[in-house]
Amino acid sequence: MAVGMKMYGKHRFPGRLFIVEGIDGSGKTTQLMLLQKWLEAEGYVVYFSEWNSSPLVHEVTKRGKKKKMLTSMTFSLIHATDFADRTEHHIIPPLKAGAVVLADRYIYTAFARDVARGVSPKWVRDLYAFAVKPTVAFYFRTPLDVAMKRILGGRDALKYYEAGMDLGLSDDIEESFGLFQSRIIEEYEKMVDEFGLVAIDATRSIEEQQAEVRRIVYEALAGTKKTRIRRWLDLASLAKGSRA
Amino acid sequence: MARFSFFGEGLPGIDLNELKGKLIVLEGTDGVGRSTHIGLLKQWLENHGHAVLDTGMTRSALAGKRLKQAKEGHTLGGITMSLFYATDFADRLENEIIPALRAGFIVLTDRYIYSLIARAIVRGSDPEWLREVYGFALKPDAIFYLRLQIDDLVTRVLQSRGFDYWESGMDMHMGEDLYESFVRYQKWLLAEFDKMVEGFGFQIVDASGSVEEVFENLRVRVDTVIGRNGYGS
Repeated sequence: MAVGMKMYGKHRFPGRLFIVEGIDGSGKTTQLMLLQKWLEAEGYVVYFSEWNSSPLVHEVTKRGKKKKMLTSMTFSLIHATDFADRTEHHIIPPLKAGAVVLADRYIYTAFARDVARGVSPKWVRDLYAFAVKPTVAFYFRTPLDVAMKRILGGRDALKYYEAGMDLGLSDDIEESFGLFQSRIIEEYEKMVDEFGLVAIDATRSIEEQQAEVRRIVYEALAGTKKTRIRRWLDLASLAKGSRA
Repeated sequence: MARFSFFGEGLPGIDLNELKGKLIVLEGTDGVGRSTHIGLLKQWLENHGHAVLDTGMTRSALAGKRLKQAKEGHTLGGITMSLFYATDFADRLENEIIPALRAGFIVLTDRYIYSLIARAIVRGSDPEWLREVYGFALKPDAIFYLRLQIDDLVTRVLQSRGFDYWESGMDMHMGEDLYESFVRYQKWLLAEFDKMVEGFGFQIVDASGSVEEVFENLRVRVDTVIGRNGYGS
């Protein structure tokens, strides 16, 4: 019955897990999308793990945020619940099936964000002990001003929790966002050594970054399952020499 | 020095020195009579001039409703459910229990982290991990563990409301029918509770007597915890 919970680093699956981390505006989502295209073209079985967990958990999160009911602790726990659902339903099964699983943000987002909110670093790391250790975790390192330029203006109004308004750092939402993000950057930087995050200089061109990402992923793919059929569209993109 | 402490890393932004009340926990398996005794203790304490908050599991404003649905829908995995319960508990701790303690109430809680831990262990979560997760919980002033042997428990449940799907652990397919499953599941829970007695400092209260006998036993113990100074009585 109780099969015993597997902990971080102890999982052994035939698949591979690649994740991207970084602050908003670091370009990580673009890089992950480009990686996905290439992996599919190469014939790997790619599974993109979206943040679409159980509607029940999602609803609690949404309502809690909307009504500003969340404390640092419940914010942390409801996101961990969501992540657990994602792990149990959208990460472990495809990894068992031998897929290449891609995730936009992972446990390191929670570590950075929750610690920036005053939660104990040790506690939050223990909380996520059930997570699967990624094959490679990329960290898109971006100076705050570069990231801020990319997102402010270009998107809708900042959201309350996203800007760390619950911390009372500033009454001005943009200023609060900046202060909160700089705390998050500090936490990410501490994690580079702690978790062996692969830091990518996100101020370089998109192409240069992607070439580096593909090179690193390629080395980690030895022995991974491929599909036999390639779609003609993918072949076309291969013909253009998309392989780094 | 603060009267209260956390089990582990604790909650951010809480000043323990502000907490004046008492936190009293009633624990035990299903059907052991916890809610009856919470009701009686509340009445008795209020008669003696104490303000009392009685609270139980899965009633938080944040997650209570959805958690109930999640439990019934059984689409969530074991770790997810454990954490959903932890979220619900944290919301009640921060929004009900701690404010009441700050205001000097006696908080009587029907179950605490121990039931959550026992149920999660039985459903496959790691015991060490659970203790770390619940490190944010306050250590209670007293934990009364209402204990009944499995045979007495079966009789009690049959006499009152019959076997319940969840109390029988039917979600885990532990037996052919409700009776078999109930016995297996509750035995396992009992074993997990028994393991916690020493580490968490449970006071074992024999729940096999009459309601009056068990209540008298509890009343004397509660009296000691709150150290009544003669007011009221």
